[in-house]
Amino acid sequence: MAARFLLASRVASYLRISVAQRGFSSVVLKDLKYADSHEWVKIEGKKATFGITDHAQDHLGDVVYVELPDMGHSVSQGESFGAVESVKATSDIFSPISGKVVEVNEELTESPGLVNSSPYDKGWLIKVEVSDAGEAQKLMDSEKYSKFCEEEDAKH
Amino acid sequence: MRGGSLWQLGQSITRRLAQSDKKAVSRRYFASDADLKKTALYDFHVAHGGKMVPFAGWSMPIQYKDSIMDSTVNCRVNGSLFDVAHMCGLSLKGKDCVPFLETLVVADVAGLAPGTGSLTVFTNEKGGAIDDSVITKVTDEHIYLVVNAGCRDKDLAHIEEHMKAFKSKGGDVSWHIHDERSLLALQGPLAAPVLQHLTKEDLSKLYFGQFQILDINGSTCFLTRTGYTGEDGFEISVPSEHAVDLAKAILEKSEGKVRLTGLGARDSLRLEAGLCLYGNDMEQHISPVEAGLTWAIGKRRRAEGGFLGADVILKQLQDGPTIRRVGFFSSGPPARSHSEVHDESGNKIGEITSGGFSPNLKKNIAMGYVKSGQHKNGTKVKILVRGKPYEGNITKMPFVATKYYKPS
Repeated sequence: MAARFLLASRVASYLRISVAQRGFSSVVLKDLKYADSHEWVKIEGKKATFGITDHAQDHLGDVVYVELPDMGHSVSQGESFGAVESVKATSDIFSPISGKVVEVNEELTESPGLVNSSPYDKGWLIKVEVSDAGEAQKLMDSEKYSKFCEEEDAKH
Repeated sequence: MRGGSLWQLGQSITRRLAQSDKKAVSRRYFASDADLKKTALYDFHVAHGGKMVPFAGWSMPIQYKDSIMDSTVNCRVNGSLFDVAHMCGLSLKGKDCVPFLETLVVADVAGLAPGTGSLTVFTNEKGGAIDDSVITKVTDEHIYLVVNAGCRDKDLAHIEEHMKAFKSKGGDVSWHIHDERSLLALQGPLAAPVLQHLTKEDLSKLYFGQFQILDINGSTCFLTRTGYTGEDGFEISVPSEHAVDLAKAILEKSEGKVRLTGLGARDSLRLEAGLCLYGNDMEQHISPVEAGLTWAIGKRRRAEGGFLGADVILKQLQDGPTIRRVGFFSSGPPARSHSEVHDESGNKIGEITSGGFSPNLKKNIAMGYVKSGQHKNGTKVKILVRGKPYEGNITKMPFVATKYYKPS
């Protein structure tokens, strides 16, 4: 118990320092690819899952509505395929790679807040059948994306 | 970066909220951050985690550490403290200040008892709104008013021009712009009990719309029981050098329940209360009658006129306006400003001017204008969002019941 408390306080103090020094504290996952418009994609064979990053959801604030395409709809890399609405604003979501929609996260209709609470897991948006896996090369890896976010934050 | 991408959201919040003022002021409005004006509380905001954004030429907190949703709800459950020092406080003085102001606004200023005030509208020759403003008759020879930050330059130029003409005809009026003071808004159920700790005056005798000059936390303040949230509360004009101390004292006395609240939640709160945001819901070409502010046109003024655009406005009062401001509930994504409103057969009948998700009601609310005749409560409409029609219906405002402190 004492050990756990000690660990927690060390983590907390580490985080505090890290936030103060780097000014960037969003979660970025290693096995994903990222677009500069702050969507992530997880590619598994011919299938890919899309979502928005922790950094994006943090800047959006409470998500109250998610508009997604229908099954069978084609999405193209860099093109808007839906929208996320927060209390105050609307933002387009862009497709990190091209493909055909094979699954839509229906849970977001009832619980759009999953995009905030679980951006990389329960808050996923759509799954597509990838039409050109080569497009993934244009995306950032986690390290590049973290740096990209830090730079963007520094501008504001 | 492409327009509308997620990343620009922080900016787009600003744009949305600031849109109002864009037309009113010059390009200077989009000045770089370095040119932005700072209120006396700027460092205080930053120290409390305020996300600062450009707003009407000022660097203002859009929100603090808590979300806009939580912040909006907390105002109605506990209370909020807003820095609204970007707004412009102004005193008109002189023995003719009342008849002078009456040439510019629709209110019955002469009929106000000293120490009371009202929401009013500055009109132009065509009967449109130049700005809305809360005016207070301090005495028969002193009017205190607050105008919108984004309208400051325009309003002051307008008042000055008419004041010169008025004085050249022998009228006695002069002004003082209260740049030495800061304005704080304390709103919500804890506003009165918390503020009572900081003054010896009995606040239970100061009702909605009333004004008093009094000592608060050791400095001379102008206190108006008013606000922009629909809650009971106050706007406190405090000498700028005491603004930070007062803000600290208010937060301390509330034991952390009253929270610093940014412009984001302020916009949600005023929308829930059915209050107009100048530049969105009221503009140069919209008359107070169309905006649903007929109640603010004094009875005597309706008979006598004598303000700019009175001919247009009095005719609208007689014949009824052609468009009216109404409230909407809708399904699907929240309706935002400029969304088209259609009748059930698909004919355009109006447009949304403000809209969003209500943090307190947990559903979409909006306000906008529709053609007269189609403005009745319960009228079913379709609201177009990104080209798709969504079900909506016209409803009474306020969306959330107001809790103004009035004599029972």
